[in-house]
Amino acid sequence: MSAHIESHDHHDHDDGHSHSTLKGYMTGFFLAVVLTAIPFWLVMGKVIPNSQTLAVVILTFAAIQIVVHMIYFLHMNTKSEGGWNMLALIFTLVLVVITLSGSIWVMFHLNSNMMPGMSHDMTEQQVKNLP
Amino acid sequence: MNMPDLAKLIFGRLTLEAIPYHEPILVGTFIMVAIGGIALLALITRAKLWGYLWSEWFTSIDHKKIGIMYMVFGIVMLLRGFADALMMRAQQAVAFNGNPGFLPPHHYDQIFTAHGVIMIFFVAMPLVTGLMNYVVPLQIGARDVAFPFLNNFSFWMTVAGGLLVMASLFVGEFARTGWLAYPPLSGLAQSPDVGVDYYIWSLQVAGVGTTLSGINLIATIVKMRAPGMSMMKMPIFTWTSLCTNVLIVAAFPVLTAVLVLLSLDRYAGTNFFTNDFGGNAMMYVNLIWIWGHPEVYILVLPVFGVFSEVVSTFSRKRLFGYASMVYATVVITVLSYLVWLHHFFTMGSGASVNSFFGITTMIISIPTGAKIFNWLFTMYRGRIHFEVPMLWTVGFMITFVIGGMTGVMLAVPPADFLLHNSLFLIAHFHNVIIGGVIFGLFAGINYWFPKAFGYKLDPFWGKCSFWFWLVGFYLAFMPLYVLGFMGVTRRMNHFEDPSLAIWFRIAAFGAVLIALGIGSFLVQLWVSYKRRDELRDVTGDPWHGRTLEWSTSSPPPEYNFAFTPIIHESDAWWDMKERNAGRRTDGYLPIHMPKNTSAGIIIAGFAFVLGFAMIWHMFLIAGIAFVALLVTAIGHTFNYKRDYHIPADVVARTEAARTEELAAHV
Repeated sequence: MSAHIESHDHHDHDDGHSHSTLKGYMTGFFLAVVLTAIPFWLVMGKVIPNSQTLAVVILTFAAIQIVVHMIYFLHMNTKSEGGWNMLALIFTLVLVVITLSGSIWVMFHLNSNMMPGMSHDMTEQQVKNLP
Repeated sequence: MNMPDLAKLIFGRLTLEAIPYHEPILVGTFIMVAIGGIALLALITRAKLWGYLWSEWFTSIDHKKIGIMYMVFGIVMLLRGFADALMMRAQQAVAFNGNPGFLPPHHYDQIFTAHGVIMIFFVAMPLVTGLMNYVVPLQIGARDVAFPFLNNFSFWMTVAGGLLVMASLFVGEFARTGWLAYPPLSGLAQSPDVGVDYYIWSLQVAGVGTTLSGINLIATIVKMRAPGMSMMKMPIFTWTSLCTNVLIVAAFPVLTAVLVLLSLDRYAGTNFFTNDFGGNAMMYVNLIWIWGHPEVYILVLPVFGVFSEVVSTFSRKRLFGYASMVYATVVITVLSYLVWLHHFFTMGSGASVNSFFGITTMIISIPTGAKIFNWLFTMYRGRIHFEVPMLWTVGFMITFVIGGMTGVMLAVPPADFLLHNSLFLIAHFHNVIIGGVIFGLFAGINYWFPKAFGYKLDPFWGKCSFWFWLVGFYLAFMPLYVLGFMGVTRRMNHFEDPSLAIWFRIAAFGAVLIALGIGSFLVQLWVSYKRRDELRDVTGDPWHGRTLEWSTSSPPPEYNFAFTPIIHESDAWWDMKERNAGRRTDGYLPIHMPKNTSAGIIIAGFAFVLGFAMIWHMFLIAGIAFVALLVTAIGHTFNYKRDYHIPADVVARTEAARTEELAAHV
């Protein structure tokens, strides 16, 4: 689309793309299936009784699967697009971590300060935390 | 099916009552807008300009024309947003001693909401995007942006959002919630009417445009720089644009998501932000400020770039501390994500949370301060030329430092507990947005206007505009600092204490001066057009500029550069002039260019209908509009006639004309 199409054509394929091969796609597909099947089995077979632990385990598998998708299907590596893909990924991760952990921290604090249970007595911690 | 059912199916909850014919102010406005609009349409029709406008502008995917259209849209919306500001100032100047003023609370609340929404989303954003659109490809030696069609589409989506806000003036009403529409006030229980829905849909439609234009400009800057232009040789405006667009792409999805959650609360009966069933309104406040704080840096970073260009050009010096400027910009980009809680210190988070965000907020003033010193040292021992853009820059440096210092005051949580939600806060953010963003936009408009149109703007009216704005700003907002210290809160319709009146009247007088400043700017445009032959610049480089955009003719040909320039130094054009690098005048090749398309304006038109129908619960029409939108978008992917070549002899002729013009001038 760009007006620079001619000047970009010649080095479109030499900036570190990991070329897509059938083997790569099959590996990715296989890993994705396995990483989906294990959590499915964990839930259906009621393998882990504690639901919180279960949730953490499933989320871990999900996170691993994201990495698998990025490597085998999106062909991302540290060199693709001259390193810009990696930089963008790191930036995204930093922002997601800031947003999620920040929100959880803020809302948790807010809850423990503004909803101090049913009792009217404040704990020492709550007094210390007063705004 | 009987008549009422049919009417409900087609019109949803839109009835004749939605037309505010019982409000004399609105009827008056409508009559004026209608007369003005009809006159404008009649003029265009009489001059037979419709075909020209359609084929040369509305469907254009030339980044320069889209940039200019963004600027025009922003200036038009500025008039609307400023009219709201004047009405608020007038209301607060008279509403004392039992006098209710001329705006009932119901109407007044809509005005302050519309003022905020319009000024941020439909004035500052289009003007900033317009400047970036116009200047960035020229500065990096590119012939267009990376995705030219997307650029046109982004612009029309922004316009569609703006039109939705404007429609709320005459059909139904706008939100009465303040510019961020906090629940539970913006929830269904407290705001059952269409106001908040207008708010949601206008921002969602415009947000698509903003996000796409962010992606577009990042791709442009990363992939389309001229050979030799490494990252650390990019002009500083391009650097700040890059950081701004990274912020846009990272922050706007959060806004989209939080507005989706709010719409689900309003349309689908969910309880994300309601007071009961486990909803938490504070989560909305938290999420919207995760977008909202980067947003203010989205606005101010590009104008920091403008000031950097202006200062070094008019001081005839290389920018002092280029590398530190780049690092400061990048640090601000990252830090802007770590401060959002300072917008709600009083929400009830504990001391540790508040002190963390208070300290990060204070830290962010360090790179900003570094920038101010860089500009000062650029001026130091420079050969300063006080042209109009430079006046705006000096005005900015003084005003912005004051605004920054009051910002650091607000960053101290205990002080914030006294000052939050007061007029002190209002004075602070107008101080940085007017003193920073608006001054920077005027500096940028005065600086790059000759590039876009081939003649300079009239300096006399430019100076009038600057002084009216500067003095008007101080008169309008310094009293608000005083009132804030006295504890006066924002968004008040009338007051009991008559001793406050004098401060509000001074502020109203300041607003009148700002009105004269805007008037002077419009006169400046008109006078410059009339005197365009005297103000003409044929060199393409009227200010002795330093960056690549000044190396082409003014206005640049549609292909920008006949030959892609090769870059050796960071101030590329200055370097070329120093080395006496001549223009190459032979060996032209055909130039591959993208072709105009009407798909953007059509899809955005359907998006407008979709938004309007959703607001009024016309779900049938909304469905049709959505399908039409998808069909057009998919249909456009089958359009294979997207590009053409400008033949070499046309390029040769254009360039020969320029050679002749240059020779005649010297």
